[in-house]
Amino acid sequence: MSDADLLTPPAAVAGGGPATERKLTRALLYLDDVQVTFDGYRALRGLSLTLGRGEMRAIIGPNGAGKTTMMDVITGKTRPDVGIAVFDGVHDLTRLDEPTIADLGIGRKFQKPTVFESHTVADNIVLALKGPRAALASLFGWRNRVPPDRVDELLTTVGLLAHRERPAADLSHGQKQWLEIGMLLAQDPKLLLVDEPVAGMTDAETEATATLLRGIARDHAVVVVEHDMHFVRALACRVTCLHEGAVLAEGSIDAVSADPRVVEVYLGR
Amino acid sequence: MGPRTPLLARIDLKGWIFLGALAAACLIVPLLNLGLPEGSALHLPTYLVSLFGKYLAFALLALALDLVWGYCGILSLGHGAFFGLGGYAMGMYLMRQIGPRGVYGDPVLPDFMVFLNYKELPWYWLGFDHFGFAAVMVLLVPGLLAFVFGWLAFRSRVTGVYLSIITQAMTYALMLAFFRNDMGLGGNNGLTDFKDILGVPVQAQGVRVGLFVATALALGLSYLIARFMTVSAYGKILVAVRDAESRTRFLGYRPEHFKTLAFVVSAMMAGVAGALYVPQVGIINPSEFAPTNSIEAVIWVAVGGRGTLVGAALGAVLVNYAKSLLTGALPDAWLFALGALFVLVTLFMPKGIVGTAIERFGSRRAAARLPPEPDLAPKLAEEGRG
Amino acid sequence: MIRRLALLCLLLGPLLAGPLPARAQAPADAAYARLASDSYADIEAGIVGLAASGDPRAGAVVAALADGRLLYRPADKALFLREGAGLVEARTGAPASAEGLKPVRANNKVRRALDAATGALNLTSPDLGKRREAADAVFKARDAAALPALDAALARETDPGIRRVVGEARAAVILGRASAPEAERVAAIQTIAGRGDGDALGLLRALSADPSEAVKAAANRGIGTIETRLALIGAAQNVWYGISLGSVLLLAAIGLAITFGVMGIINMAHGEMVMLGAYTTYLVQDAIRARAPGLFEWSLAISIPAAFLVAGAVGVAIERGIIRYLYGRPLETLLATFGVSLVLQQGVRSIFGPTNREVGAPAFMTGAFDLLGLSLTWGRLWIVLFSLAVFLGLLFVLRRTSFGLKTRAVTQNRRMAAAMGIRTPWVDALTFGLGSGIAGIAGVALSQIDNVSPNLGQGYIIDSFLVVVFGGVGNLWGTLVAALTLGVANKLFEPYFGAVLAKIGLLIFIILFIQKRPRGLFALKGRAVES
Repeated sequence: MSDADLLTPPAAVAGGGPATERKLTRALLYLDDVQVTFDGYRALRGLSLTLGRGEMRAIIGPNGAGKTTMMDVITGKTRPDVGIAVFDGVHDLTRLDEPTIADLGIGRKFQKPTVFESHTVADNIVLALKGPRAALASLFGWRNRVPPDRVDELLTTVGLLAHRERPAADLSHGQKQWLEIGMLLAQDPKLLLVDEPVAGMTDAETEATATLLRGIARDHAVVVVEHDMHFVRALACRVTCLHEGAVLAEGSIDAVSADPRVVEVYLGR
Repeated sequence: MGPRTPLLARIDLKGWIFLGALAAACLIVPLLNLGLPEGSALHLPTYLVSLFGKYLAFALLALALDLVWGYCGILSLGHGAFFGLGGYAMGMYLMRQIGPRGVYGDPVLPDFMVFLNYKELPWYWLGFDHFGFAAVMVLLVPGLLAFVFGWLAFRSRVTGVYLSIITQAMTYALMLAFFRNDMGLGGNNGLTDFKDILGVPVQAQGVRVGLFVATALALGLSYLIARFMTVSAYGKILVAVRDAESRTRFLGYRPEHFKTLAFVVSAMMAGVAGALYVPQVGIINPSEFAPTNSIEAVIWVAVGGRGTLVGAALGAVLVNYAKSLLTGALPDAWLFALGALFVLVTLFMPKGIVGTAIERFGSRRAAARLPPEPDLAPKLAEEGRG
Repeated sequence: MIRRLALLCLLLGPLLAGPLPARAQAPADAAYARLASDSYADIEAGIVGLAASGDPRAGAVVAALADGRLLYRPADKALFLREGAGLVEARTGAPASAEGLKPVRANNKVRRALDAATGALNLTSPDLGKRREAADAVFKARDAAALPALDAALARETDPGIRRVVGEARAAVILGRASAPEAERVAAIQTIAGRGDGDALGLLRALSADPSEAVKAAANRGIGTIETRLALIGAAQNVWYGISLGSVLLLAAIGLAITFGVMGIINMAHGEMVMLGAYTTYLVQDAIRARAPGLFEWSLAISIPAAFLVAGAVGVAIERGIIRYLYGRPLETLLATFGVSLVLQQGVRSIFGPTNREVGAPAFMTGAFDLLGLSLTWGRLWIVLFSLAVFLGLLFVLRRTSFGLKTRAVTQNRRMAAAMGIRTPWVDALTFGLGSGIAGIAGVALSQIDNVSPNLGQGYIIDSFLVVVFGGVGNLWGTLVAALTLGVANKLFEPYFGAVLAKIGLLIFIILFIQKRPRGLFALKGRAVES
């Protein structure tokens, strides 16, 4: 596939019509010609991206390339001006709000770790667990009677079992990142969007996180945004490089990091 | 959280102390007032019983406010509106009980209506001659206003100071409306000169004691409800919404539902507080809607400690007791003291009395912990779909 | 050329005809003869005749009759005027002495005739003001007898304004005479309709039952024109009241646009800054009255810097003493500054007492004037201009001075600004002082239209916040637009719903508006405000 194909949106689908009639695509996530403008600043200029079921994808790119905006579009925080965003072949993400999209099975970890600092580590997991999310249900329902071992199991996965009853505010930066990944797992989504999971982590922690994500990717689709090229290499997955709101290059880590344009705008040297 | 816990097990030490104190008051106050002869040194005069009852009504208002402010970050500067609406609903019932004993002797119309040449009762007065109907309205009217207002505001993601400002505008608009004679609710003078409640004279000593006990019971029951809500998963999500609203949305929760529910329950509690306040002070007028009153209620919560429920009630009683003392002794000094209280509490004791005490002596988990660095500056207010 | 000459003749005709003795003398004689009577009907006819005669002494005689100084000798019907202690002959004005005189009496009917005659006679007075007054009087009286005098005056009058009024008076008289030719009456209706005020409307409405179809149709057309015009004037007047109210809102909110809009500080004591400004004005005036009464006209000009300094200094003190510890905690700031507002209110109450203080208005602030049918008061006009001046001045300070640059730098990126050597705490304090000082200046203006009492500020605080939020936080132009919009909307609704309901309606509107656009009219968009 030539790079020109990737950069040029197919004319037939531009315009963002409804895509919920029938399965538009077999891909889990399908973005086509997504454009977002803030006050004249074009954050996304025709971004197109396809993610298969169970696929893990690393997204790299310089600051302002549109990585976070892309996640905002997928999770319903930002509505694109133009473009198609379809999840699971039927759900038009451009028309749904955040809770609905989260309910469809898209989980998100933020760049700045966002856990509920006033709550204990265990409570953070309980609040994230998949299950009814209505206000009345939470008042009387199942979430008040979560079996402790279910929480323990997840905390073991992210290595926080020892911190079960500590307030999340007391965790270190890296531990908060893991807690947030643990919360993502508790949600059990079909697609995980993970924004800079290893920022501020030591090398050992980075290594452990890569292992954790590879494990998760066995039964979930995962999109990881990261600057750390060692980490991206450790993920051993397909890589997409964004630049100025569109895809610059896509392929294996070796192919992308050898691409002269990627070197020019992102990797340097 | 963990496995199912019965309600009683969810009450912590400060909760037991609070409920115990309320129960003790329910025993001791009637005893000292009704049980002892008036000449006795320990006799509690009836006017003090009503004064204490008034404090407890304020404590209930503070508890209601704490439910939304302490646990959900909604700084309502308009809770006086719900308090006032509950009070008016009760006042309308009490007006209808006057019957032909008004100055003008009209069998149906209250005096002010005769004075303003009303020919018949306005439609919204119908039913208020029944206590049951009025009691339902005490809950329904504030609840409905809170539902409509809250649903609109929370769905549009109006948060922080913007929300505070519009709640203030809400109560201000209501105040202007109730000042109008055309509202058919007594205008400037409000509703007063009550005679009977449930067939007994509202001024009678026994009724005064009964109203005190009723207020204490309402406060205790409301505390249990609020406590149940805040320790449930619902309450944890509420706190999560307070600290990181957008994060809860990405988890699949709808913060507007959680906030609206809390706001409606809180408004109903405030309505009950108003309804209990009115027969004990004998009047309800539009000044209850004054924005200053609502802000004053906020300082009760701040003094006692927000996010602790018990603290809010304690703060209301303490501040109002101080107000009674000071306005009696040094009338000019009260506003200085209140103003200084606002400044000093926010600067030096942001967690309030109970919050500070828990931090010093109790377990950290007992209070809903306040966010370490709340960052709600208006320009950076989270949310808002650009 | 010939046509011009003809026109000239036409215009000069009555004028040239006037002095001709043969024609003028006779009616005057008859009129004088009838005045010397004890029959009211005769006297009335005499007055009418005299007014129409163009006799040079007519004015003096009519005035004397009105004052009860006109006397007659029943024996020979000679008329005299009492002037001071002596008598003069009515016809000539020559001093005279006479015996057995009786006063010429007047009843109501005669007095009406006198009024009309006075009007008609004054039409030729050399005094411009008197002529206008007279024309107005005739318009109101609509005495058919004044017609000749009106014609004469019309021919002579050179002032276009008075000419118009005289023409209208003449038209009014013609309308009153059913016997006048139809064409003339239709023309008169058009003249009256051109006048376009309530009086004209009344006149034309009276014609709705006129037998002549043409007259009726013309009258109805005229009524339509006038009603449209009156509605327009009414709307314009309301818009003006609205602008006036909007300027007050702008004044009150503009300081808040800095402290809340630019800095993000919820200053509930903002209203008290306004109040302090008003009390500063009171103190300045008090000092001027005591020490230098001649400076009173300058009292407001002196108060402006004084109020700025007083309120600004209090603002800086509040920022340094309280607010700086609460940055990033807006709800706490709200509570603390509310406490400050209570202390300031009570402090002022303790010092100056709870009652209103009298703040005087200099001469240039008093009085009213008419503009295109609108009546404007000078005080309000100055306040509108003043609020715009303050707004533009503030805009200049923020956009064009190095202080403004620093303020914007600090509010946009505090850390970066600090790194670049800007002393951020100093900028914070001064910016807050600037916002407070401007509130104080607003107090100077508001002292002219509101009661100067300790509660002055409370009345403005909610409105001010709503104006800033409605306009869009951080946007000065938004504050201007919001203040004027809310002011005008309020005044346009007032005639229909009453003041209180209009206000409630606007509050509800703003509450709903904020749901729709939480960031106000002119919101900043983009990632920066979302993160």
